[in-house]
Amino acid sequence: MSFTLKVNGRAHTVDVPEDTPLLYVLRDELGLNGAKYGCGVGQCGACTVLSNGTSLRSCVVPAARLGGRELTTLEGLRAPDGAPHPLQKAFLAEQAGQCAYCIPGMLMAAAALLREKPRPSEAEIRTALDANLCRCGSHNRIVRAIQRAAAELAK
Amino acid sequence: MSTPVDRRTVLKGSLVLAFSLMGPHALGAAPRPGGLPRSLRAHPRLDAWLEISADGVVTLKTGKVELGQGVLTALGQICADELDVDFSRLTLVSGDTVRSPDEGTTAGSMSMPESGTAVRHAAAEARALLLEMAGQHLGVKASRLRVKDGLITAPGGRSVTYWSLMGGKSLNREATGTVSPKPPGERRYIGRPVPRVDLPAKVMGEPVFVQDFRSDTLVHGRVVRAPSPGASLVEVDTARVEGLPGVLKVVRDGDFLAVIATREWLAIKAAASLAETARWREQEALPVDVHAWLLEQPTQDTVIEDTPRPTDEASARTVEARYRRPYQMHGAIGPSCAVAEWDGDVLTVHSHSQSIFDTTEAIARMLRLPTDKVHGRHLQGSGCYGHNGADDAAADAALLAHALPGRAVRVQWSREDEHACEPYGSAMVMKVRAGVSDRGDVLDWDYELWSMPHGTRPGGNPGNLLAGRSRASPFRMPVPRNGGPPSYAADRNAIPLYAFPGRKVTTHFVPRMPLRVSSMRALGAYGNVFAIESFMDELAHAAGADPVDFRLRQLQDARARAVILKAAERFGWSPAPRPPGRGRGIGFARYKNLASYCAVCVEVSVDPKTRAVRVLRAVLAADAGEVVNPDGLVNQLEGGLIQSLSWSLKEAVRYDARRVLSRDWSTYPILTFSEVPPVDVALIDRPGEPFLGAGEAAQGPTAAALANAVFDATGVRVRDLPLTPERLAASGKQG
Repeated sequence: MSFTLKVNGRAHTVDVPEDTPLLYVLRDELGLNGAKYGCGVGQCGACTVLSNGTSLRSCVVPAARLGGRELTTLEGLRAPDGAPHPLQKAFLAEQAGQCAYCIPGMLMAAAALLREKPRPSEAEIRTALDANLCRCGSHNRIVRAIQRAAAELAK
Repeated sequence: MSTPVDRRTVLKGSLVLAFSLMGPHALGAAPRPGGLPRSLRAHPRLDAWLEISADGVVTLKTGKVELGQGVLTALGQICADELDVDFSRLTLVSGDTVRSPDEGTTAGSMSMPESGTAVRHAAAEARALLLEMAGQHLGVKASRLRVKDGLITAPGGRSVTYWSLMGGKSLNREATGTVSPKPPGERRYIGRPVPRVDLPAKVMGEPVFVQDFRSDTLVHGRVVRAPSPGASLVEVDTARVEGLPGVLKVVRDGDFLAVIATREWLAIKAAASLAETARWREQEALPVDVHAWLLEQPTQDTVIEDTPRPTDEASARTVEARYRRPYQMHGAIGPSCAVAEWDGDVLTVHSHSQSIFDTTEAIARMLRLPTDKVHGRHLQGSGCYGHNGADDAAADAALLAHALPGRAVRVQWSREDEHACEPYGSAMVMKVRAGVSDRGDVLDWDYELWSMPHGTRPGGNPGNLLAGRSRASPFRMPVPRNGGPPSYAADRNAIPLYAFPGRKVTTHFVPRMPLRVSSMRALGAYGNVFAIESFMDELAHAAGADPVDFRLRQLQDARARAVILKAAERFGWSPAPRPPGRGRGIGFARYKNLASYCAVCVEVSVDPKTRAVRVLRAVLAADAGEVVNPDGLVNQLEGGLIQSLSWSLKEAVRYDARRVLSRDWSTYPILTFSEVPPVDVALIDRPGEPFLGAGEAAQGPTAAALANAVFDATGVRVRDLPLTPERLAASGKQG
């Protein structure tokens, strides 16, 4: 079925089976890498994107249902001039990641959190990211990076 | 330039040949004691490691691969220092079977000792060679020249660059072993927290993972997995699926069943349809109590340490205990993935394998292709922490690509595939008995362990690949073997580092494996260090001694003592009473008894009602020899500690007599953000000492520190991992 999706500020017409999860439309039709496949059942957060500014597990929601939404992937996080988002700068400053396969999902979950709560406490960050899994053990660096970005954004 | 020498000739090689090559460019220094570092000895030509192009790009080639551990950054630091070029000038090629030196598997905390040392010496030799050439060019003795970022300057200011000297030619000389690397004081990059070279692209969403590989001919393959270990495919209706939209091909070869489709979602749906029509013959053969099963099996027994006590006074008491670890999984966040393309002549395989060279060879043999017609290229994947599904996914992709020429076939394992089909870390049983003195110190130490294999990597053999074993003409899986000294495998770290007067250590190796098992971060050291360090804690308690003092008074190795003292000091270890329900514990090991020293202290609280363990904080002290990148090392050690907390608090593969039941993250939960404690890592740097490798050092000490802290908090000794609330309650009842 053919429908229009608005991703990172641009409208795209796609033609895919109507049950196709957003993840596969982003990766295979639009060529975007930000959303990662991790579990396909909404348990790990690697595929997190923003839908109207709140976090969404792209692996479990059919794209066809998201026609009216403003969708943002990691590629859309940076400024229009290409400058990295304060979260991206902060993750690099803290060297927050090892294999970093989970990091795109962490960045998007953090972006949703900061939009809702610009100065979250450490405990609020941990709670907000509790369903985003990291296996390398980079959790504490990720928390510090989000705190750093929050401080930067509050300036 | 000397005549190029066939690498194989040298490899086979006699010392005579190797030394005869030194002649033309021996540079004065004495040969390195022990000869060239291992990887450089295997690939002595400098152009195997380094290319210097006419436009000033320096390419460093390594056989080791980036797994998220930061190895490429660290190797670049070493190279930039020894070659005297800016770090930013470097390009890295890693894990390419055509371009990189074959350095075997990226595992065992060996990348810095092997590749790091080889790169250091190769770069030092290249620099010396370039200085010699510059000396002739400028008419000045090489010793009077100075180098900065490849610009060689003579007294008086005349200069020449590496790039103009090389003129695009290759460094086709053999390493001599006569050039000494720089002294520690002259290094610019080593010891500094150079940011990871691979992180920016990952944080910005650029295509860096094998999962992100794209090409014009890309199609998507999905394998339909057997529902249980050892199941065979009885029948399947392929015709129904062949007619589905987007389906290009259904491949059935014995028990191997897969589909290729134009789009990934169509491949997923087609695979689900295939799975519905497939009928499998399953067995009910899994031992539900694997620990009891281990003790009943025929074993290969090896006494790996047997030192009778020199004196014969009777011990005051004998104490014994038995410990167990379950099957645990690597649990990569990104399931395994590979892309392969067959052009009718050459098969190219992109894989996140840790053993790209051996796996490529195994794939060539699986498809009966000449080895030089299969090109393996490492692309990064999700962190693997050992032998996971990566190699099997590469074989899947290769088999499908071979069946559909001209297309790049991408095989993405599902979450369920990875959970149910990856090779696990082996369950183990450890028994220890000690005769102790009046004071409680160990006089006689008798340790036995039972374990299945910890190494079933491909090793060039298609019988070690799921696809190879599943075909109609299957390759037989070779009988696994245990690894021997000095690193060992099941018995890794089974020999205690403590100076016990009498010591005996026996390995009972069980080569059978009802569930497939292989190398998982630290191999047997996780179980062995958990057992040894838990038992040391039990002995300390029985002796009425402080656990830190008790260890120190039986430990002579000065570097071991230093990390224990450092961890205790940073932690604020004290005999002061703890609040109710709170406790602290320590664990220590030198990984493999030859790599990094690591001591871990943790503080826990245990809920009196739920028996849930909460880790409040952790401190780790490590001595990894000379530190190349302190931030990278801290990151990796902290990550290892947190992963071991996850294993030790929560993780055990669930299964019944027929099937694996841990098939997603709800049936195999891991530690989450709100459960991760603050971690403080202290490094003891040893400039000028060998790189020791640290990627696995924290796994065992963390498990023991945790169990010891739980005992300190509750008086309950849990000897079975993981330390779940149910287990605490059960252990408490047993007293």
